[in-house]
Amino acid sequence: MNLHEYQGKEILASYGVTIQRGKVATTADEAVAAAKELTEETGTGWHVIKAQVHAGGRGKGGGVKLAKNLDQVKEISGQIIGMDLVTPQTTAEGKRVHQVLVAEDVYEPGEAEIEEFYMSVLLDRGQGKNMIMYSTEGGMDIETVAEETPHLIFTETIDPAHGLQGFQARRIAFNLGLSGKAFKEMTKFVNSLYNAYLGSDSALFEINPVLKASNNTIIAVDCKITLDENALFRHKDLEALRDVREENATEVEAREVGLNYVDLDGNVGCMVNGAGLAMATMDLIKQAGGEPANFLDVGGTADAKRVEEAFRIILKDDKVEAILVNIFGGIVRCDRVAQGIVDAYKNMGDAMNVPLIVRLQGTNAEIAKELIDNSGMDVQSAVEFQEAADKVQAVLAK
Amino acid sequence: MSVLVNKDSKIIVQGFTGSEGTFHAGQMIDYGTNVVGGVTPGKGGQEHLGKPVFNTVQEAVEKAGADVTIIFVPPAFAADAIKEAADAGIKVIITITEGIPVADMVKAADYIKDKNCRLVGPNCPGVITPGEAKVGIMPGFVFKKGKVGIVSKSGTLTYEASDQVVKQGYGISTAIGIGGDPIIGTTTKEAVELFMNDPETEAIVMIGEIGGQLEADAAKWIKETGNKKPVIGFIAGETAPAGRTMGHAGAIVGGSEDTAQAKKAIMKECGIHVVDSPAEIGKKVAEVLA
Repeated sequence: MNLHEYQGKEILASYGVTIQRGKVATTADEAVAAAKELTEETGTGWHVIKAQVHAGGRGKGGGVKLAKNLDQVKEISGQIIGMDLVTPQTTAEGKRVHQVLVAEDVYEPGEAEIEEFYMSVLLDRGQGKNMIMYSTEGGMDIETVAEETPHLIFTETIDPAHGLQGFQARRIAFNLGLSGKAFKEMTKFVNSLYNAYLGSDSALFEINPVLKASNNTIIAVDCKITLDENALFRHKDLEALRDVREENATEVEAREVGLNYVDLDGNVGCMVNGAGLAMATMDLIKQAGGEPANFLDVGGTADAKRVEEAFRIILKDDKVEAILVNIFGGIVRCDRVAQGIVDAYKNMGDAMNVPLIVRLQGTNAEIAKELIDNSGMDVQSAVEFQEAADKVQAVLAK
Repeated sequence: MSVLVNKDSKIIVQGFTGSEGTFHAGQMIDYGTNVVGGVTPGKGGQEHLGKPVFNTVQEAVEKAGADVTIIFVPPAFAADAIKEAADAGIKVIITITEGIPVADMVKAADYIKDKNCRLVGPNCPGVITPGEAKVGIMPGFVFKKGKVGIVSKSGTLTYEASDQVVKQGYGISTAIGIGGDPIIGTTTKEAVELFMNDPETEAIVMIGEIGGQLEADAAKWIKETGNKKPVIGFIAGETAPAGRTMGHAGAIVGGSEDTAQAKKAIMKECGIHVVDSPAEIGKKVAEVLA
């Protein structure tokens, strides 16, 4: 589950991480009021207006702008709120901006040189341990740094039993070339950041840039936080931060009825039991000359109600020209699944308006095929995987 | 011979009296698996499905000689169940539970690393040695006894692969579902190694998916150790978009190295018989063994 920058920063601040402060606004007038308050609280002269959407590269799309006075705050906020922000990480249609973060200007020149770093906390899957990844090259796309100057990326692996050690935090600060007050601030920053990562059960923290301000404080200027979905049961407060406006509406609806659905761009919808088989089915659709319109794991209980819900979700996508159902019946018998499909099909009436190919394999597969074939429905049945692919191909060729 | 579990394994079920545990333990017993009891804290001394219930894994080891466990404990408590099994001296810990928080698994994996045990899963269908022991949630009838070992991250895709192999006239020595989570116990490479050392296994089917490096690690090891047995491989998720989790928590493309295309390329380089179509796994096995 992804968070907005402002939500992530609230979590960081609660663990003692120094952040670039700001206030959220949903209208231009609110933004002006927020800017005034922020100036009173922080003394900031200028303000940064930042679009709050779940996508990186916001600056490149015009979603992050500097306002040098309140008129500009109003003007810029007015432009950004309501815009469809296109960034390298969004679709061509972009993402609608519902709110902005009015933030303090932390780049004011002063006694010390300003520097930008990169820092992330994430799971190293190979080692099964968390690690802190960091670089002197902040403010840039980390994939580019990894490609062009991999020697400027460092990692620190954390022992699960002992946690982040003092020497590790110091090594990070040394590798970033810090000394004096900035050095101390960085070790504190790293410790607080790691505590926040553990405390929030996160899957990813990305702070880019981490700023060494002109007064030598270390500040999280931006943050991207992804929470571990599986740990949300013990963080009800964090689950409440979910912004469904940022997600695909059909995916949200599917989640509410307990279906694992991912919206894709293709023309053949699919309904499968099991994630691995679902991905394999998508691949087979492509090999049959189509493109998968979705990933959908219907799970172990493919009864009529669930099948009907799945069909309705798939058909919300009007690009869908055919649906392939691929169920390997193990402990769930295929004839039961077939009955579910027949019932769902009949319940849906005219709503089912695309060709349906049903492949049932496993327990009672032959009985299931008979059930489908004798149902009077306009459905093509198959038992073998390849047979299903051939039927998809034939349907698309028409 | 076979790997991990056989007819002599003494198997307990953690989360025995819960609905999942009860259903699948019943199926395992019907299959003929040597289930010697189960563990549900607070229900020790009772009998369930005709088998004794113990309060702790330690008690199950002492009184029933348990050496294999299968865990159906809910996600919030599953990591603790894994640690308890390891502490009690269980040798093979098969964890079916889906949805364990990653932070819990980081700690559990660290806790068990110096113990004399092997973790399979979590978020996996389990392990089956046909005709001897079904320690998982797979439909037993799909797996006929034979000489092909299967290692897979996925449940239903494992059943699919076995079904195809069996229809070609071959059978399965053991099928290991290693699970689709970001942190799992037995890796693809370790499962392949078990099969390479098993005299009853003549060929190995290795099924992976997008995300992580497990298949690439296994492929490199297979090549380094001289491709001692033929390996047939498939990677699911060629059409999955980057950055999206496809059902399994670990099935997410993070970079250019963990796409299906990249994994298949490495596997081919390492001498693995890679099929592009999931419908051709069985055919390829027959072709290689012919």
